[in-house]
Amino acid sequence: MAKKNSISEALANRRDDIQSQWTGELKSSISTSAKGRLTSAEAADQAKQFLDLLHPALQTLQLDDINGSEWSDVRAFLDDLSKRRVLAGFSSDETAMFIFSLKRSLFDALKQEFSGDAMQLAESIWQVTVLLDKLGLHTIKSYQKSREDVINRQQQELLELSTPVVKIWDGILALPMIGTLDSARTQVVMESLLQRIVETESQIAIIDITGVPTVDTLVAQHLLKTVTAIRLMGADCIISGVRPQIAQTIVHLGVDLQGVTTKANLADALALALKRSGVSFTKH
Amino acid sequence: MDRIPILRMGEFLLVTIQVDMHDQLALRLQDDLTQAIDKKGAKGVLIDISGLEMVDSFIGRMIADISGMARILDARTVLVGMQPAVAITLVELGLSLPGVATALNVERGMQLLRNTLDKADADSALER
Repeated sequence: MAKKNSISEALANRRDDIQSQWTGELKSSISTSAKGRLTSAEAADQAKQFLDLLHPALQTLQLDDINGSEWSDVRAFLDDLSKRRVLAGFSSDETAMFIFSLKRSLFDALKQEFSGDAMQLAESIWQVTVLLDKLGLHTIKSYQKSREDVINRQQQELLELSTPVVKIWDGILALPMIGTLDSARTQVVMESLLQRIVETESQIAIIDITGVPTVDTLVAQHLLKTVTAIRLMGADCIISGVRPQIAQTIVHLGVDLQGVTTKANLADALALALKRSGVSFTKH
Repeated sequence: MDRIPILRMGEFLLVTIQVDMHDQLALRLQDDLTQAIDKKGAKGVLIDISGLEMVDSFIGRMIADISGMARILDARTVLVGMQPAVAITLVELGLSLPGVATALNVERGMQLLRNTLDKADADSALER
């Protein structure tokens, strides 16, 4: 059984060799895959920082468990690295290669250090492999987490972007819906529309579904719920922008839209709404 | 025990619910309102629920019931000022209150009541 701190000693002795070899490997992988997203100077700097953090962590002899407090600095560095690589547009394997490319240089260093003792060498290499695998997996995990954060943020922004309630006439609101309707979105749409009806005391709300790609039973049910809620508040609702394809689907699905005013396009809906509010135009 | 006041305005009755309803209060209102319609010969009932922040299925059904009872006693009911949260809750509970007329505020509610009564009068005049 190899003494664990002998690995950290070996690394400390060969630190310069490891760093230069690793930097070389990072540089060569960058020149093929990264192409301008990361300079070789940055990569060398990151390698140096990582080795600086790795050394004190190795000295604590906690090689089995990288979730302990001894490894918190290393983990924080890898989290930060993954986050930056996500933003720079790296793929997950390219990000993980940062850790895995260290293997070669570490193994070489251990080989030279324990050249006379095969048992010691095998044991050390095994321990280092396990450690680096764990660190690599941690990197991938935080890479994925960063990516999910980005997706969540974009989803939130999309939700806010896609539900504008527009006042198009005194007492008439319009809501152009864009994109697929799911439960979460319908909830947001319904709430903001009802809120605006109260604020503006609008009698009529037009929901335009021109931008809704497909209507299935669930979407139709969501629409009906919104219409009912609007009616309960004391306002009227017109659904416009029903495309021929969607009209066919609704009838085929057997969705009952009776009692809901529907129009083929927004102009017709607006004309009807104006007529109901007693507004009329004459051409000159 | 507290109760919800029922005000008389000409041939209409005005009920404003300003507190959160509990079941006893709702049942009491049902009683009081039907008796008031009968005694005063009211033709319309206007229920203002703008102060109501929370509903459950019981209160939702009670509102529908009141409307049905008033109808039998020959009075139209208009529900005004429902809060968005209340509307969403009722829809989620599956209570769409069919047959209950609604309006955004008291003023529009009054207008709606007058219009329906005028129309009813015109219809009965035609029948004669």
